Amino acid sequence: MNMRNGFPRGRAAIVGASTYGIGLCPGVSAVDMAARAALLALADAGISLAEVDAVYTSAPYEALGGMELAEYLGLTPKVTDCNRTGGSAFEVYVQQAALALEAGLIDCALIAYGSNPASNPPPGVGMTRQSPWEAPYKPLAPLSSYALAASRHMHLYGTTREQLAEVAVAARQWAQLNPEAAVRDPLSVEDVLKARMVSDPLTVRDCCLFNDGAAAVVMVRADRARDCARAPVHVLGAAHAVTHREISSMPDLTVTGAAISGPQAFAQAGVGPADMDVVMLYDAFTITPILFLEDLGFCPKGEGGRFVSNGHVAPGGGLALNTNGGGLSCVHPGMYGLFLLVEATRQLRGECGERQVENARLALAHGNGGVLSSEATVVLGTPETL
Amino acid sequence: MLQPEAEWRAHLAEGRFMIQRSRSTGGHVFYPRVAEPGTGAEDLEWVPASGAGTVHAVTIVRKKDPADSYSVVLVDLAEGPRLMSRVDGVPVDDIHIGMAVKASIINEGDKPLLVFVPA
Repeated sequence: MNMRNGFPRGRAAIVGASTYGIGLCPGVSAVDMAARAALLALADAGISLAEVDAVYTSAPYEALGGMELAEYLGLTPKVTDCNRTGGSAFEVYVQQAALALEAGLIDCALIAYGSNPASNPPPGVGMTRQSPWEAPYKPLAPLSSYALAASRHMHLYGTTREQLAEVAVAARQWAQLNPEAAVRDPLSVEDVLKARMVSDPLTVRDCCLFNDGAAAVVMVRADRARDCARAPVHVLGAAHAVTHREISSMPDLTVTGAAISGPQAFAQAGVGPADMDVVMLYDAFTITPILFLEDLGFCPKGEGGRFVSNGHVAPGGGLALNTNGGGLSCVHPGMYGLFLLVEATRQLRGECGERQVENARLALAHGNGGVLSSEATVVLGTPETL
Repeated sequence: MLQPEAEWRAHLAEGRFMIQRSRSTGGHVFYPRVAEPGTGAEDLEWVPASGAGTVHAVTIVRKKDPADSYSVVLVDLAEGPRLMSRVDGVPVDDIHIGMAVKASIINEGDKPLLVFVPA
């Protein structure tokens, strides 16, 4: 295999990308939505369903979701995965699919996800058990865990609630440029500060949406990608790190696994944070992009709050962050990671209309799972970056 | 055969806050498990925790009636391990990072529960 720092740089590409049913998608099941998104992404690529020989999904309420989606679509995949790294699963799938494609194990990977908790609320029993060491203290799951990390960041670095609010406001301003974003009404820092406090220091406006949505991407090797309907978006690097499951076991509440996965993915790609034109960071809560900006090297540790201030990550600011409006204002159906990859792909293809970042050549998608537990970084580039 | 959670709960039910320690490495372990994380050392024994700790992080879960709001904290034990708990015996808004606390075993819902109070 042709590897660079443990990864086949640029040798696999995303050739199809889609979203479906963002906001409210009533009357259907999660797998209906995943299948719709999958077919849209295949049509986008100009690839037939029969070509798919690998299925990667993370079903919201079905532990055996990989088999479910393969059956639903009538596929007999050589590789089927439904991993359990939460919202970061999809960035992990890009890594795994790129390696399987490079090895010749598979020829066409489908990564798909659908979930409609807003219009089809999940049954009471979830797929994770309650921690016997945390549940007795009734933390709001997962909100209080992120709030604890935020409290530590504020204590150590002087990060303020206003700075957290800036993240939500910037996301909303991007959402206002995205017709697909679910929530587009104006939002000010003051609105966030005055919103109902849920788990200090996070108000309801510091929290992501919980709405419906589906997405899919299709990946093939670079040689096959040249014949597809759209310009390929090459996978230049992809790395993953797990540091814990529950927040009480997080090694350092202000340093995430992105400090491991980020440098690895950049080394594979041969580029750095300053080269990124578009940055998609999982924003489950306003504290998360602040932590990831630091851990991925966009600013020094502790400076994330100041970095996002004064509209620096809003439209027209210094860094194009979460240009679809993010989990905070566009879509978050439980596991948001795939939407990061779709938006990065669309930006690199120049399809983003009012919110398009000019001459976008390099993009980063960083997924997060659990409670800052699983971190996966993907660096994507246009053909000219190979 | 070591039964980590069951043995810990049995100690707690008898009023003892116990943690584990590896005989070979001297490292303390919480939550209870069959081996020390990182080293894999399986020579764990139960030792009494001093009960002394420091609030490492804090959040307050806010309820409609402020009287129902409660704290969720991470406490660094003097022995090293960190755990989730709650601080009782003080208004929630007075709980702060760096606060010295000590362990207390209370009954809640007919079950023993490990909480912390100001030291």
